[in-house]
Amino acid sequence: RICVITLAEAHPLLQHGKTIRSVSYQISPSCSRLQNKVSGKSKRVWLVESGAQFLTELAPLCRISSADGEEYTVYSCIRGRLIEVNENILSNPAILQEKPSTEGYIAVVLPKFEESKNITQGLLTQKEYEEVLSKRRNSSS
Amino acid sequence: MSSLTEKDRPIVQLLLNTGTCPRCIFRFCRVGSQTLYRHPYKDLMKDLKEFLRNNQEKEDTACSDMVDPPCKRIRLEHTEEGPDDLNQNGVLQQVPLVNDDDDGAAVENSTVEVCNVCLGILQEFCESDFVKKVCEKVSSAEYQFTSFVFSVSLPPQLSVRERAAWLLVKQEMGKLGLSLAKDDIVQLKEAYKWIIHPQLSEELGVPADGKSLFEVSVVFAHPETDEECHFLATACPDCFKPAKNKQSVFTRMAVTKALEKIKEEDFLKHFPCPASSPKNLCVALEIQCNNGAVFVAGRYNKYSRNLPQTPWIIDGERKLESSVEELISEHLMAEFKADSFNFSSSGREDVDVRTLGNGRPFAVELVNPRRIRFTAEEMKGLQQTINNSSDKIQVRDLQLVTREAIGRMKEGEEEKTKTYSALIWTDKTIQKEDIAFLDDIQELKLDQKTPLRVLHRRPLAVRCRIIHTMKSEYIDEHHFRLRLKTQAGTYIKEFVHGDFGRTKPNIGSLLNRTADILELDVESVDIDWPPAL
Repeated sequence: RICVITLAEAHPLLQHGKTIRSVSYQISPSCSRLQNKVSGKSKRVWLVESGAQFLTELAPLCRISSADGEEYTVYSCIRGRLIEVNENILSNPAILQEKPSTEGYIAVVLPKFEESKNITQGLLTQKEYEEVLSKRRNSSS
Repeated sequence: MSSLTEKDRPIVQLLLNTGTCPRCIFRFCRVGSQTLYRHPYKDLMKDLKEFLRNNQEKEDTACSDMVDPPCKRIRLEHTEEGPDDLNQNGVLQQVPLVNDDDDGAAVENSTVEVCNVCLGILQEFCESDFVKKVCEKVSSAEYQFTSFVFSVSLPPQLSVRERAAWLLVKQEMGKLGLSLAKDDIVQLKEAYKWIIHPQLSEELGVPADGKSLFEVSVVFAHPETDEECHFLATACPDCFKPAKNKQSVFTRMAVTKALEKIKEEDFLKHFPCPASSPKNLCVALEIQCNNGAVFVAGRYNKYSRNLPQTPWIIDGERKLESSVEELISEHLMAEFKADSFNFSSSGREDVDVRTLGNGRPFAVELVNPRRIRFTAEEMKGLQQTINNSSDKIQVRDLQLVTREAIGRMKEGEEEKTKTYSALIWTDKTIQKEDIAFLDDIQELKLDQKTPLRVLHRRPLAVRCRIIHTMKSEYIDEHHFRLRLKTQAGTYIKEFVHGDFGRTKPNIGSLLNRTADILELDVESVDIDWPPAL
């Protein structure tokens, strides 16, 4: 199952008043998510890509700097093969905030077939997420 | 050279003594007359022995009157059954033959020795009993055919024995200062077909034809001598690759290759020359029939938004009932009585997309059909049957086509245009004027990344596609219908909703709104194949 990684609703970057200054896919001196080479030759056969980067939950996808000097790292959160990162947010960071769940997506990840079910089960439904958020708000007030 | 001559005598004697059958003897003497091979076995044996006896006569008596005018040709060709030609003097000379195992009075042996070269192929398996057996198998299989091709699979050790015989004969001829090239010898399979084709043809009532689609095949085996090839593995190990699926490493191909490589001395070291006489004949393991595939083409309409093209099965569980291919092919399978089918079409549509208009071209390959002939009327009837059986699909222009024609259909997939009708929703309201401009856009170029919904089975790529024309029909503030004519291979749904911005431009970007697709129909697939009926 294909997964699209996006910023969560409650992410600080999506709160009022934040302006994004820059987005970078350079995770470390030797690793850039932009260099992810995914190759499949045949139309009929989805070959195994040896070039594509394999991500674990804590693998950083990109770093976003806001105008007020804060830096945020967006993590993969799931295990799988990195298929593509959204280059549109490099040229047009505004869409990250305007359309975080569609055009402003961060990356596309494809988990291993065997792990797919486990991963889906480990995610929250929209409802469960909202419950987490409301609990968080209640405990801080 | 069509029959035996003086020169052949020593060879004939040698081969007969070492246990080789008359027909194989002919082969090594380069006898090319097909009719000779077809003579009954017993007659051939008799004639050969007669041929040899005449030689003895000549040696025993210096006088050449005993044998008729020194016509060097001993004609073994009978015009009728009687042995007229042989006995010119009217008396059968009873001259004891050297090295003859038969007792002089009995010309025929009651038991036939299995030939040490062909292992019985040119003996028992040329007889009418075997022919009958084959023809019974063919009739019981109930195939429709107008000609046949008979193919025979021989055990590899035959090549080894053939080589041994050749070496033996070559040596003998060498003594006479003569040579024998491997290509001069009549091939066993060829001789076998000379004999058996006319018989099969007569029983089956149709001619033998190398190009026939109906194949009768027989596999022969000779377990007794199976290990005879094994020495080749030690002599030429690189010819024999490890066996897959427990099948023998000693395939015909591998054995032939090894025989080409192995040196004469090495061969003679490992294999007895002449080859030993086997106790048993070959066995015919399987007699099988197979008809070449036939192809049925047509165009289909799909009226259901809940029907996949091919069966949708995950982990052994069927997710949606039936499929386009099953609804069409089921009936074809039944009528043609085929083993299996292969369905293909000029592109395809999603489960939830209808195919309207003239329909989409398709072709079904029917594998090993028992029935192959259908009149135009019968095809129409078959079409009607399919159409009566389901309201989810309908077919038209159903007809038999050749394999080559399928290529034309696949061309269509890549090259021809398609037209669609899409029901589109927008988040922000629209007025008639907001969408009117779409009608004026021509040859709109799209860049489409592989849609997310197919990324798990297609490689990531960007494809350039063209929307040739569009026509919009306003419905209400949030809906309109769009008809489009596009290049083959365009993803329409993605053009409407944008696929996370990965298809650009898209309806959303053109209208500056968020758009989504509610319904999609294929209105036409613009290819003229198959011919309309």
